[in-house]
Amino acid sequence: MEISKNQTAILQDFAPHLRKFSTRSGIWVGFLLAVIVVGMYALYLQIVKGHIVTGMRDNVVWGLYIVNFIFFIGISYGGAILAGLLHLFKVPWRRPIMRIAGLTAVVSAMIGPIFIILCIGRFDRLHYLFIHARLQSPIVWDVVAISTYFVGAVLFVYLFLIKDFAIYRDSEAVLGLPAWRQKLYRFLALNYKDTASQRRQLAMSRNLMALIMIPMVVVVSSVLSWIFGMTLRPGWHSTIFGPYFVLAAIYSGTGVIVLVMWTFRKIYHLQDYLTDKHFKYMGFILLALGSGYGYFTFSEYLTGWFGSERWDSEVLDKLFDPSEYGWWFLVSNIFTIVIPILVMAFKKLRTPNLITLAAMLMVFGMWVKRYLIVVPTLETPLLPVQDTRPEYIHYSATWVEWALTFAGFATFLLFFTLVAKLVTIVTVSDYNEEHQ
Amino acid sequence: MSESSKTDRRNFLKKGAIGVTLAAAACGNLLCSCSSGEGGATAADTGDTVKLLTPDGQLVEVEKQHLKHVHVTEKVTQEQARQGIPGKKFVMVIDLARCNNARKCISACQKMHHLPDDKEWVTIKLMKDSPEEAPYWFPKTCFHCDNPPCVKVCPVNATYKRNDGLVLIDSDRCIGCKFCMTACPYSTRTFNWVESEAAPQDMATHHPGPEASIPARPGTVEKCDFCPDMVRMGKLPDCVSACPNGVFYFGDENEDVVTNGEETLRFSQLIKDRAGYRYMEDLGTKPRVYYLPPRDRLFPVKRGYDALPDEVKERYKDVL
Repeated sequence: MEISKNQTAILQDFAPHLRKFSTRSGIWVGFLLAVIVVGMYALYLQIVKGHIVTGMRDNVVWGLYIVNFIFFIGISYGGAILAGLLHLFKVPWRRPIMRIAGLTAVVSAMIGPIFIILCIGRFDRLHYLFIHARLQSPIVWDVVAISTYFVGAVLFVYLFLIKDFAIYRDSEAVLGLPAWRQKLYRFLALNYKDTASQRRQLAMSRNLMALIMIPMVVVVSSVLSWIFGMTLRPGWHSTIFGPYFVLAAIYSGTGVIVLVMWTFRKIYHLQDYLTDKHFKYMGFILLALGSGYGYFTFSEYLTGWFGSERWDSEVLDKLFDPSEYGWWFLVSNIFTIVIPILVMAFKKLRTPNLITLAAMLMVFGMWVKRYLIVVPTLETPLLPVQDTRPEYIHYSATWVEWALTFAGFATFLLFFTLVAKLVTIVTVSDYNEEHQ
Repeated sequence: MSESSKTDRRNFLKKGAIGVTLAAAACGNLLCSCSSGEGGATAADTGDTVKLLTPDGQLVEVEKQHLKHVHVTEKVTQEQARQGIPGKKFVMVIDLARCNNARKCISACQKMHHLPDDKEWVTIKLMKDSPEEAPYWFPKTCFHCDNPPCVKVCPVNATYKRNDGLVLIDSDRCIGCKFCMTACPYSTRTFNWVESEAAPQDMATHHPGPEASIPARPGTVEKCDFCPDMVRMGKLPDCVSACPNGVFYFGDENEDVVTNGEETLRFSQLIKDRAGYRYMEDLGTKPRVYYLPPRDRLFPVKRGYDALPDEVKERYKDVL
């Protein structure tokens, strides 16, 4: 297909990243693989010895694994819906962000479900979820929702890659890649030649998928929240859990996109693409989402505290008590609500570095928040625990769970590192369109 | 000696089916082990014997220590196990006025289901509903709810509600997602955390059917099942017959009758006379277990506490 000068220039910028695998990236990938290997060993122990090697016991039956599951799946939903909205509203500054948002969606959607599998006692029977599926169960809703979403997200991101693949294919001279890479791009480009009809079809499919992704994300994150909302447990059995989870997912996903933007801008020197303006605009999105999230949080805990039903109070007492989860609850709310809003409120603070720092603290705070949703409720059954075994009273994650958690994060980073060697981190084809 | 062997025999026969089945089904094995025992390799004979009737009508005397409990269940298909026992609607009544935390229900249950010591399908909580109220012992089985939150959330139909009212788990189906454990508001369910939990020694003589939920499957959920294999044979669940105070009444709501093994009562009348209630009615789970309030109690609460080993005492120290 025809490649403009502008695009060739961009490709030249990115060619070294696609071509070379520096020693620095070698060490980085090696480090990530080492973390993953430790995780694999932990998994081996869990398979051989059973879930006894985790900190989970009969009261707290879900722990870090479910926390990570919600965390990664939430990030994925955030990436997908942000990409969808930016595209549909034709937001003028979206070009360097679309690819990052899309890749974030796909990569974290690959990690999240692994954690739910880790939490299952018999993963040799995982296929029962399909052959014996009971549609009444929120877990089955989740299986249906997430697998549909995953296919949708891959398609959605792929539709935004086809044109780029065609460009890579036709820029042999600029990129100077080995033959197998050219072959791969030739295959992935699906014979895209940028003819009038192809262009129209692609544009239509992109619009359609972007449109589909938005309600899809709302549905899938609601379904995720209903795993908790449908139970009769204090702290979970809440009608606002659906929208609360939707907003939290988009919020944390947007935060991770900012982190990815900052990282690539730093190591690839993309100041010309990801300008300060982009960080400021993403910061405004964070501000809007953070205010909404703060409102939901306030509303959720205020009603529980004011009504002070016995069971609600028991969970809230733990969340407010500094000797239990009080400090973490405070940290989570400061990081997720106060800091992002403060950073965006003052013009002087709206720098890429500070916005990224706020996003980082917020993402961490959101992880803590998920922990505070899962664990304290499970530690507060309706009947008194009356057990003398400490691990049955308080959940404390073991090194096995932490090792697998870090392995999950390492996998996320590894996938991102590798995919950045395969495709450009900005959408090259977008840099030739009229509306820019 | 003849006196003691007599009482032993009585005790033995009291165990009813277990003993008879033993005589009928396992005697050959027992005799074998007796004769090989003469070689001197096994433990010395204590002289403590019981008389048994062999299938061919011979009366034999057997060393007591060679006896093994054989738990024979009626053969049922997986389908029958899921359907339940036709025409029945099982119900339990727990009389809180009689419980003094003797914990015999717990040990009987552990024996019946081959549970390790630290796993209790039946638990006894010490309840104190508000600061001024008197504490009371609260034995808790599975409530076999008519609107069971656990069954609603199971993704693979591993836990199911039967026509006779019981809520059971198919441990060959369970994937171990533990969703039912979070859904159950009564903390009834337990999980098999250990991968290679060794099968109990006496498992060799055991004949588990789909209703017996033994042996335990690692990585799956289990819970109190009202001993459906015993019930199918017209016997009481083991916690009911083991209780020295007759706390548990078990029966059929269709027949309107419950029994604790000593006395048999009209279910509806018992609930009416003693103001029976269901625990946490407001959750809407519709339990099949009713409680009789701890009025005119047979024992002071302290008595159930003082006799306990220290380790168990520790559990209740916050309440008393």
